[in-house]
Amino acid sequence: MQTTPDDVLIGRIANGDRLAMQVLYARHHVRVYRFVLRLVRNEATAEDLISEVFLDVWRQAGKFEGRSQVSTWLLSIARFKALSALRKRGEAELDDEVAEAIVDTADDPQATLEKKDTAAILRNALTALSAEHREIVDLVYYHEKSVEEVAEIVGIPEATVKTRMFYARKKLSEVLKAQGIERGWP
Amino acid sequence: MITKNAPEREEIEHLLPWHAAGTLSHRDAKRVEDALAADPDLARQYALVREELGETIILNEKLGAPSARAMETLFRKIDAEPVRKPAVSLNLADRLGAFLSGLAPRKLALAGGIAAIALILQAGIIAAILLNETAPGGYQTASAPSRAPIGGSFAMIRFADKAPAADITAFLDSNKLTVVGGPLAGGLYRVRIAATALPKDDVARMIKLLQQDKTVEFIATTD
Repeated sequence: MQTTPDDVLIGRIANGDRLAMQVLYARHHVRVYRFVLRLVRNEATAEDLISEVFLDVWRQAGKFEGRSQVSTWLLSIARFKALSALRKRGEAELDDEVAEAIVDTADDPQATLEKKDTAAILRNALTALSAEHREIVDLVYYHEKSVEEVAEIVGIPEATVKTRMFYARKKLSEVLKAQGIERGWP
Repeated sequence: MITKNAPEREEIEHLLPWHAAGTLSHRDAKRVEDALAADPDLARQYALVREELGETIILNEKLGAPSARAMETLFRKIDAEPVRKPAVSLNLADRLGAFLSGLAPRKLALAGGIAAIALILQAGIIAAILLNETAPGGYQTASAPSRAPIGGSFAMIRFADKAPAADITAFLDSNKLTVVGGPLAGGLYRVRIAATALPKDDVARMIKLLQQDKTVEFIATTD
């Protein structure tokens, strides 16, 4: 079965087709939500932001030139919205949330049990990365974006994409080491 | 055993996450695979990358989905937007249809004829460009082009409307693809993606990689 390509849906949305908008939303909203949620760490904010992301798509569909995948365009808009929301909230509050997230997990008896599980510790460490590093790890591993696409979404050169991912992985190893997991790399 | 020089090894090392995610070009994926086969340290690091990939997916999947509130809010806002007049379509067929519907019958017949000739010429030019390439591993005598049946793994592909011929040629070259048939109905071409009959999983992996290219609108396996 072949589905209607995303760029065709965008063309229809540009002409005011509400049904095409519903199809596009159904196709992408979960991934966009998860991308935003990992950045802003607040479900209500993430829900508000995805409404704004798709409203932008409705308004800007006529300007989409088809040079990139629609999913890449969506994530670019989502990233811009998420970073704007984070700036409004303020960095201090964000830092508190990061610390809180780590402490919360450590205090939870269930999480303490899970800590015996290396995979759970790795997931915990992925959560503890900085927003910049979480973002690139998610784009590469979960959203399956190529080097070129990540460069477009984040707005950095391709060489920087590769080194940032490398340092995110290095940081991950450091966090794991601090929790007693020696990976043998770097 | 480390067979690569330091800068090349570092470059390969940086590509490991994309190799694990299956988002490298066919050429880069081959470079990484060759390096992994020759460098046990790199292979150990790749095992860590695969572990990170798996746990990142689990972590994201555990995040759940937004409630219906997000969609309701969106469409409430859309309904509050001013009704827009249909913009000029990005789709060439739609624009052509709108143009033709505005013509008188005689003009319409003339325009239809011109359009049909233009389409035939365009298909002929694209086919000539694409079929001009010789299949790797095949042969061609001086007296006549080879028509011997060729083996391998194949896919059906449709290129993006806006993809320039130069980009299509570069895409075919860089991925070592050979057009062996087409254009068929729906603008599809039959391409050979490997000289040998690969296992289904390998073909699926290649198709996934090729699908990422901007020149490709549709690609699927075929016998």
